[in-house]
Amino acid sequence: MTAPAIDVRDLHVHLGASHVLRGVDLRVDHGEVVALLGANGSGKSTLVRTVVGVLEPTRGEVDLLGHRLGDDVPWQRVGYVPQRVSAAAGVPSTAAEVVASGLLHGRRLALPRGWRRLAREALEQVGLADRADHATGQLSGGQQQRVLIARALVRKPELLVLDEPVAGVDRPSQEAFAATMARLVDDGLTVLVVLHELGELAGLISRAVVLRHGQVVHDGAPPRPHAEHGSREHEHVHPHTSEVPVVGAHDVGLSDGPLLTGEQEARP
Amino acid sequence: MSEIASMLTDPLMQRALLAALLVGAAAPVVGTYLVQRRLALLGDGIGHVALTGVALGWLVGSAMGLVPNDVLAIPGAVVAAVVGSVLIEVVRRRGRTSGDLALAIMFYGGIAGGVLIITVAGGSSGSLMAYLFGSISTVTTTDLILTVVLCLVILAVGVGLRPALFSVSHDEEFAVSSGLPVWALNMAVAVLAALTVTVAMRVVGLLLVSALMIVPVAIGQLVTHSFRRTMGVGSVVGVVVCVTGLSISYWYPLSPGALIVVLAIGVYAVVAGLHPLLARRRPAGDPHPDIPDDVQVAPRAPADADCTP
Ligand SMILES: Nc1ncnc2c1ncn2[C@@H]1O[C@H](COP(=O)(O)OP(=O)(O)OP(=O)(O)O)[C@@H](O)[C@H]1O
Ligand SMILES: [Mg+2]
Repeated sequence: MTAPAIDVRDLHVHLGASHVLRGVDLRVDHGEVVALLGANGSGKSTLVRTVVGVLEPTRGEVDLLGHRLGDDVPWQRVGYVPQRVSAAAGVPSTAAEVVASGLLHGRRLALPRGWRRLAREALEQVGLADRADHATGQLSGGQQQRVLIARALVRKPELLVLDEPVAGVDRPSQEAFAATMARLVDDGLTVLVVLHELGELAGLISRAVVLRHGQVVHDGAPPRPHAEHGSREHEHVHPHTSEVPVVGAHDVGLSDGPLLTGEQEARP
Repeated sequence: MSEIASMLTDPLMQRALLAALLVGAAAPVVGTYLVQRRLALLGDGIGHVALTGVALGWLVGSAMGLVPNDVLAIPGAVVAAVVGSVLIEVVRRRGRTSGDLALAIMFYGGIAGGVLIITVAGGSSGSLMAYLFGSISTVTTTDLILTVVLCLVILAVGVGLRPALFSVSHDEEFAVSSGLPVWALNMAVAVLAALTVTVAMRVVGLLLVSALMIVPVAIGQLVTHSFRRTMGVGSVVGVVVCVTGLSISYWYPLSPGALIVVLAIGVYAVVAGLHPLLARRRPAGDPHPDIPDDVQVAPRAPADADCTP
């Protein structure tokens, strides 16, 4: 329990000929909700895909829940939502079938008893219980994204890694998703989430890490997205505020545009 | 009626029917995974490679002076198909651009190698006809045992590991992030495909193997939304067309392999023709499923405040 949920040290990753991650350090402790921010192409997806074992590091170390990446990691305690546009494939499959595939992990190759109920409960959490038997390919893009979220939630993970989980998801569903996340975080869930806009999740985020050209350029207080949320956010942000100017809000703001301008304005 | 009875009591026909039934059930199970991976033509590729295996088996059999010189043809096909299929999988993982060409070279090499080797072995390209177009009416007891065993293995693995094989075929990245043995599961699909090609070779022939794996799945897709049921429907269709085709060929002098494939395509055409009629009736029970998701229309509805706790 003392080991951090995610511990990345001096991580370098090459994709093809390009040196995408150049010495990233990232530590996420249990119970934290960390947002990973950065411009398109800054390496956010590369970082989370390496963390969940999809990509091989060229240098550096990644520990997940206290275990070096590999067969020792208790994968049933990790949930991952990839960044993508479609949850469909060559053969039609129902939303429940896709979600149920989240129940397999490590050496567990068969579905547990009651998988239908578990899949339906997970779909309920993303507001799609009535679509359990629909063809995934015939759901809208945002609904497919929610199916993928349910697939990560179905195994009741204690660490959730999400790559732009609410891109293309409408406001009411984002609110519902944020409410679900708030409940899970209260129960002790740890989250690393790639975002472009903090949006509905803003209230949950305890820390923000900003990537730029494959390097961490900011690790500390989350940017404040809306002026009207300022007072509520303030007490969360306050203990960290001294860190922000050291990194240089201007520097961060350049790579991230509108997301961080609010923060600069809010800090006279 | 008595004709059916005589067909069913003919030992040759009994063996052939049992083989057709098992192959008809097994081929679409594996075909479902191939279609899901968008590798529908993989069966054809493996079939080409298997031909070289047939010829090699023949060559070895002749060299060893075995009595019917083709006893090793099927074991040869099994070995070549498995090796070829695993190679294709390895190439596929290396990246797509060079893979495409490598596959094509392997396919053509398979046919050309088969024809060359069979002539070296003292046969002619005509000796390969039985393998190219099927020869189910000459199934021996040894063939039958091999076919039964392989079909049971294919069904056991293909159905038993369905959730895991579905997961890797559906979203390999997610399967990796779940710690599933993705490499082994991919290899399992490759080996299943190879074994299916070799058992189906006796029934419909190497040139038509892929049809038996793919067309029933295409039919299944038309009638259901679920992966599990697509596989089930495909399997049932496979059994029905194989048994029907073979039975028809008992009374009429038609090639059973070709007949089976034509039947399958006929079923596909009929179901596809009926599909719009069936599909049009379906929405009646589910008139506006999309409405409840889009409630936030009013800009300042009082319910809005309740939504954000
Ligand atoms: N397969 C690949 N081969 C070579 N380079 C790649 C590959 N995939 C991504 N890259 C490069 O790596 C860099 C980082 O990509 P990554 O997907 O991690 O960005 P991102 O921060 O997630 O962006 P986005 O906000 O668009 O999702 C990009 O410059 C991209 O061009
Ligand atoms: Mg990305």
